[in-house]
Formats: sequence, C-alpha cells, structure tokens
Amino acid sequence: MGPRARQLRARVDASADRLATRTGLNRLAARWRRIPRRYRSWVPFLILLAVAIAYPFYVTHTPTNIPLILTLPTVHDTVTILVFVVMAVGLNVVVGYAGLLDLGYVAFYAIGAYTAGWLASGQFQQINFHFGAVGVGSSETGIHISVWLVLLIAGVVTSIGGILIGLPTLRLRGDYLAIVTLGFGEIVPQFVRNADNLHGFDLTHGTFGISPIDAPGFGQSLHNTVGLPVRYDDSFPPTPDRLFFWTVLGILLLTIFCSIRLRDSRLGRAWIAIREDETAAGAMGIPLMRTKTWAYAIGAFFGGVAGAYVATFNSGAFPSQFDFNISIFLLCMVILGGMGSIWGVVLAGTILAWLNVEGLANIGSWLNANIFPASHQIDVPKYEFGIYGIIIVLMMLFRPVGLIPERRRKREIEEGTRGSLDEPLYEMRGADEPGAGERGSPGRVPRG
Amino acid sequence: MNEPEANGDLLVASGVRKEFGGLLAVNDLDFTIPQRSIVSLIGPNGAGKTTFFNMLTGLYRATAGSIVFDGVDITEKPPHAITKLGVGRTFQNIRLFPQMTALENVLVGMHARLKGGILGSIFGLPRVRREESEAEEKARELLAFSGLRRADDELAENLSYGDQRRLEVARALATEPKLLLLDEPTAGMNPQETAAFLAFVGTLREERPIAILLIEHDMKVVMGASERVTVLDYGEKIAEGPPKEIQKDERVIEAYLGKAATS
Repeated sequence: MGPRARQLRARVDASADRLATRTGLNRLAARWRRIPRRYRSWVPFLILLAVAIAYPFYVTHTPTNIPLILTLPTVHDTVTILVFVVMAVGLNVVVGYAGLLDLGYVAFYAIGAYTAGWLASGQFQQINFHFGAVGVGSSETGIHISVWLVLLIAGVVTSIGGILIGLPTLRLRGDYLAIVTLGFGEIVPQFVRNADNLHGFDLTHGTFGISPIDAPGFGQSLHNTVGLPVRYDDSFPPTPDRLFFWTVLGILLLTIFCSIRLRDSRLGRAWIAIREDETAAGAMGIPLMRTKTWAYAIGAFFGGVAGAYVATFNSGAFPSQFDFNISIFLLCMVILGGMGSIWGVVLAGTILAWLNVEGLANIGSWLNANIFPASHQIDVPKYEFGIYGIIIVLMMLFRPVGLIPERRRKREIEEGTRGSLDEPLYEMRGADEPGAGERGSPGRVPRG
Repeated sequence: MNEPEANGDLLVASGVRKEFGGLLAVNDLDFTIPQRSIVSLIGPNGAGKTTFFNMLTGLYRATAGSIVFDGVDITEKPPHAITKLGVGRTFQNIRLFPQMTALENVLVGMHARLKGGILGSIFGLPRVRREESEAEEKARELLAFSGLRRADDELAENLSYGDQRRLEVARALATEPKLLLLDEPTAGMNPQETAAFLAFVGTLREERPIAILLIEHDMKVVMGASERVTVLDYGEKIAEGPPKEIQKDERVIEAYLGKAATS
C-alpha cells in the first residue's frame, strides 16, 4: 500500500468512526463484543426464530404489491413450505451426510401420510379403537389415536420401511442405488392407488384416498388448565392455520436439532467417512451396511413425520400427492443449499418450496402485468421444472458447493483469511526483524 | 525377541489362493506373522502383494485357503469386523477422507472402539459427551505421536504428501491394532522422507505392543527395518528368511533383475 492510499484510508476510517459514534453504532458494537463468543452465533439464529414465530402477526399487514414477489405467502401456504423444508433436512441426512443418492424419498412421505390415515381416521370401520384422540365421539368407528402419538408412530413405521427398502438396495453403489430407489419411489404410490381391494379388504381407499383424518389438539382438560387449544381444526383464536404453522416450526426445529447433533456424533462422522471413501471407511472399522441403513432409517423418520403431519393438516392422504416430482424437488433443495449443509438446505428448501407453492405464480403475474405485453402473456408456473433445472445448472456452474456450503467445504475456501475481525490486523514482518509481533498481545506471533 | 513360537503366531495364512477370472494372483501362499514382529513382503510389481494384503483385511475374499488372526478365522469376515479384531491398515495410494480434518480422520479410525449411539448423541448424554472428549484428546495425542502436532484442524487433502502418509498411520493406529499392515508406505517419498518414516516405524515398534507387516517393492527399504522378509513373484513365495539371506538368494535376484544377473 502506497503512502497516499494509506492516508486516504486513515481519513475514511476516521470519518466512519465519527459516523458510528453519532449513530450509536459504536455502542452497539461494544455491547456485541461483550457477548461471550460462544453465544454470538446464537444471536442471528434467535433473531431469525423470533421473526419466524411472529410471522402470522405481520404477514397480513405487509403490502400486497411488492415488486416481483407481490406478497408474502399466507400462513396456510407457509405450513406446506415448512413441511417441505423438514423433508429436505431429512433427505440431507441420506444424500448430504452419507452420500447415498436417493431418488425415491417421496415413498417415505407417502408411508408417513398413510400411517396417519390408518391410525387417526375412520378408515377401518370394522375396528373401534380410541386412544387419546381429541374431539372424536366414542361411538365413531375406526382407529383414533392421538395425533401427537401418530406423528411419532409414523416416523418409526417409516423408519422400518426405510430399513426394509435399504437392506436389499444399500449394497449397491452410486447410480445403481439411485435407480433402485427410484423404483421404490414409484412402487409405493402405485401400491397405495391399487390397495383398495386386497382380497376384499380396503387398505388405502384407492384413488379417493383416506379422508377425513383427525386433527391434532390437546383436549379439554389441558385447555382448561393451561389454555392449549382443544382441537386445531375448529380453534379460534388463534386460527387453525396459525396453530399448524407454529407446530410445524417446532417440528422443523427439532429436525434441525437432531440433524446437527447426529452430524457431530460418532455416527455422523461415519456417514461422512463413507461419503468420502467407502472402502477406507470399511477398513477403519465402520460397518458399512449398518451405518448406511441408519442414514436411511433416520432420513425416513423425518420423511414419515412430515407425511403424517401433512395428512393431518390437509385432513386427508391422497395418492396424487406423492408424485415422483417431489423426490426430485427435494433433491434440488439439498443440492441448491449445499449437500450436507443444514442451514443451506433450510434456506434453499424455503425458497424452492415457496416458488412451488405460490412464488412462481406471483412472479409470473407480476411479469405479465409489468414486463410482457398483453399479447404475449406467459404462464410461468407451467415452466416450473424447466426453471428449477435452470437454477440447478446455474448453481453447478457458478457455485457448485451450494448456497451455504457445508462447514468443511467452506473452510477450504476461506483458507488464507484466518482470524476474526475483532482482532487487530497484523502487518507481516519476518520473525527475525525487530518489532516482529509486537503489535499484538505478547507471545502471539502473526501467521501468514 | 526371536521366540515367537512361544507366544504363537499372531496371524496364520495357509494355502491362500486368489483367482481373478483366469488370472492366478496368489497361489497357495502360506504366511505367518509372529507376535510383536516386523516382517516384510516384497516382490516385483504385480507379484500379488497387495492382493494378498487385501485378503488379510477382508477387501477380497480368498478363492481357497484360510486366514486365522489371533485365534479367529477371518477368511470370510468383512473389513470392519477384521479391523475390530485388531488389524489396522494403510493404503498403497493414500485413502484418507479428504474433506475431513486430520483430527476427524483419526476419530473415524476409533469408530469401532467407541460406543456412542443415536439417541445418546441426540440427547447429549453425559456418557456420550465424555466419551467424545476423551476420544478427541486421545486423537490429538496420536497425531502428536505421529508428528502431526499442528495439523489437527487441517483438512486432510491440504496436508503435504509426507504428512498424509503419517496421518494414514495415525488413523490406522486409532483402530488400536494388534497387527499394523503398511502397504508401500514409502512410495513416492524421497530418500530423506523414507529414512524418517522408517525411523518412525522403529519408534512405533518400541513403544507399542504390535506386529507390523510391511509391503514394499523396493528391496532396500525393508532390509534395514524387518526381521524377516518374504519374497513373492507371480503369486508364489520364492524365498523367505532374514534380510541378509534374502539379499543373496539367487531366485530373488533373478526375479528382480532377470536371469542374466545371476550368471
């Protein structure tokens, strides 16, 4: 740096400092520095969480003519978006951590939804079994188990499904695994569509699906003592959508929490080792089949919970919901976010699911109103998968590691810019030069 | 040191055979590794050394014959089970986990010795936390022992070639082996690095109660380091004995240098 540049920089620094003092930014910065470092990373998360929890309160007051996106998604749509994010985080365990390309994740979604359909509806008229279900008359036929329990059971049942699918397929590597999972992703919805007459027994009610499915709720006694809603679907206030929104937010948080804890555990290390080099992982004492099956089972668990939740949210499970496209769509979220990166997948999942639910339609109508002439209107949502395809291609070209790359990949990029901004910047001097390292705290030698 | 019969052999391979289609890679090989010994397997390129090695570690299944390690028949066992019994290995062409740090690589090596389960990890049970922090401490010690003190948090792929070799050994040691198999550990090293590495193997031998099997195609390397040398050629054992004898063996010279060299 030349002397003139240095002078200029000093002046810029000084005026920036004055501005910061006047606006109180300095005080904010000082307060920020007082937060112990290990809690600092929590701050953005807690702010984000607060913004998310308060979403139902401000969404109705936001303008409806924001350029390009027009309006924020309704609370009802946000539930669907977050369910997709839960599934993307679950798929991330399989694809991102363990490196197993699964093109049939929708099968887990379907198994979860139908488990809820079986255990919390009047589907099986021959049986009359009630356990903790709220707002269901005791004379109603069918199995009615508390939805909270059903979510858990659906997760476990789907895990078992994942293990059953995994046992024969996980011996395969790479592309072969992808093809077989693709097959399972097709088999499950086909089975569901045709299982309305298994030797006279109606298991899935065919193309009509299972409906209605019980709503979650806390029952009268919890309502009276702590004020929790009796039953989500006829609650007011707060509206059912809001309750479903907060609940799925909780499920998402739990999913993220489990996902982070697993990543940093012995099992998570084993998954990543398998992803990096399967042969070496085996030679280091990692049981390949068992470890991969666990990845499948845990990924399936989250898929199952998400499926069951959607079923109770829509009060129905229908075979048309479990399209092959969903598997690909979820995979797009994982790739776009950065394989293995939880926050990347959450971000990409939110964006893509929003585009899917209403974003593309909104962007399309804004473009039609403002850019395209009346004679050449374009139905943007029709090109949905073309658009996702272009997004993926652009990502692969310009940012192949994903929106928020996984820690280990990011570190690679950041190599060379070590040290945080709080510490004084050193100027490099040779270790034998006088004054080397004297500008920092004693004993700290500049590294470069 | 030369009383392995008293302890019995750590590994006994008898009549091991491996065919790849019509190709006979290893032909009815008998091979033993005494307790706490350091033995070498040498031979020209393509002699079947690595194939034999891969059968010992379960990567290949022997076509015929049996391999008994520490009293357990491991012929049919998968790699992870063999590792758990106490066979650690390195690879001829380095196979670290490139996107994991040196520390994580070593922790992966400890996998079979740790117990932390899924629920324990999710709920962060004290038992699991303690185990993890102990494992980490131990891994750092291992890295320091292997001469990688400042590389703990470096990604494996960013380490220098020599350090990657050392890390592979550290990772193999993390599996707590009774037998350490080193597959051409000095391949690609210059003479100084080779000498340093062999000195490291010497220290290892002194400080830990393990046996070492060294595979090399460079004869000079193994002569100084090993107690017994076995020479393979075309999948067959052509000589076995102390290094000095092997160096004089006509068949060995022939295999390495061709027939004219002996006359």
